[in-house]
Amino acid sequence: MALTPDDWSAVWLTLKLASLVTLLLLIVGTPIAWWLARTRSRLRNVIGAVVALPIVLPPTVLGFYLLIVMGPQGPVGQLTESLGLGRLPFTFAGLVVASVFYSLPFVVQPIQNAFMAMGERPLEVAATLRASPWERFVHVALPLARPGFITAAVLGFAHTVGEFGVVLMIGGNIPGKTQVLSVQIYNHVEAIEYAQAHGLAAGLVAFSFVVLLALYTLGGARNTLGTGQ
Amino acid sequence: MKAAFRKLAVFVALAGASLSARAEEVSVAVAANFSAPMQKIAVEFEKATGHKAQLVSGSTGKFYAQIKSGAPFQLLLAADDETPAKLVKEGDGVPGSQFTYAVGKLVLWSPTPGFVDDKGEVLKAGKFAHLALANPKLAPYGFAATETLKALGLADALQPRLVIGESITQAQQFVVSGNAELGFIAFSQIHKDGKLIDGSYWLVPAKHYTPIRQDAVVLAKGKGSAAVEALAGFLKSDKARAIIKSYGYEL
Repeated sequence: MALTPDDWSAVWLTLKLASLVTLLLLIVGTPIAWWLARTRSRLRNVIGAVVALPIVLPPTVLGFYLLIVMGPQGPVGQLTESLGLGRLPFTFAGLVVASVFYSLPFVVQPIQNAFMAMGERPLEVAATLRASPWERFVHVALPLARPGFITAAVLGFAHTVGEFGVVLMIGGNIPGKTQVLSVQIYNHVEAIEYAQAHGLAAGLVAFSFVVLLALYTLGGARNTLGTGQ
Repeated sequence: MKAAFRKLAVFVALAGASLSARAEEVSVAVAANFSAPMQKIAVEFEKATGHKAQLVSGSTGKFYAQIKSGAPFQLLLAADDETPAKLVKEGDGVPGSQFTYAVGKLVLWSPTPGFVDDKGEVLKAGKFAHLALANPKLAPYGFAATETLKALGLADALQPRLVIGESITQAQQFVVSGNAELGFIAFSQIHKDGKLIDGSYWLVPAKHYTPIRQDAVVLAKGKGSAAVEALAGFLKSDKARAIIKSYGYEL
């Protein structure tokens, strides 16, 4: 099952995409999770529902709207063009943006659950010890929520690796730029190149299993995935 | 709740009974590019024979995989002539039943009127960011598009601007949504109800690419069925040929 250069390029591109997206999601997702965990605002349910949408929506819906919104007539497309960035569909940057939306709930929810699970008490104690809000967040909340962060990072990464529908809709299948692993497997299956499809697909199954096994073994999933105890 | 369920069960049973009492139903796998004309043909077929054609539209590669795994299709209208030949060779198609039902034509199309000239010079001028086509490995029209680019000596120059849809349907979608300015698609795709849709196009001269023969084949599950035979025959009738031609195919 020799992989072609295009296959390897797809593997590398997928890892690059998933790493970058995971990093961005941790940066973007943490404040959202913190806010959702602690706010009493009436907007909480609205924002929570918006964040969770990609879990429910078929990727084709998300991909379809991204294609329209990022296109030349869409608001995002017009914005990126007026900033001199060009348009996002068919680019690696476009995949990154799409994947951040697509994998957002998988990162926000575990972190949010971890923040909620630790309750008010540790933060109040820290406050009596004159820790500033920032210090309370960095030295108390973050370490306590560590399992949530591990789960979030692993799920965000794995979910981006497994992404298919959105990439298919906005990627344009360009080797080295938007031709990721899942799309490449699809191409092989469609072209009846089953040996090559097996090479990549079996690799992905093994990879996903190892990732989930590591997740459960590390125990990070205990509070947030409902398995183990 | 229980009563409603019982009503539903009775309804389903009745519906099933009425179906089996009627004429035969043929299960047909249709290449996506031929889906619109085939729907019209199916209506005429039912009027003429009383048999019903149940159409499933999709990509030929996917149909091949499904047929190999025992899908219940009785007739395949493929987007190429290789897949039917392969199925016959592998015992999943009925020998001698393969025939060409349409020959596809390739166009370069843009929804913007006046954007594509009738000689395809727009490709040489290169005033566009993205040119969409279907995956040449999967779709005969995609392969024809790459042949055309090679024939014009533009394959290398335009390579960085190509965006590849998994099918010609997706290639057209890239163009319709404005993300690619123009694309190579099937002539049939810019026909609606036998009329051309808006935009500008270049009908690629046949000398630039290998003819896109779309073949039909009776599958093992349709062997010996009178209705399947009737539909295969109907596809060659004048009535069906007129519909096929009105969608921009040759015969």
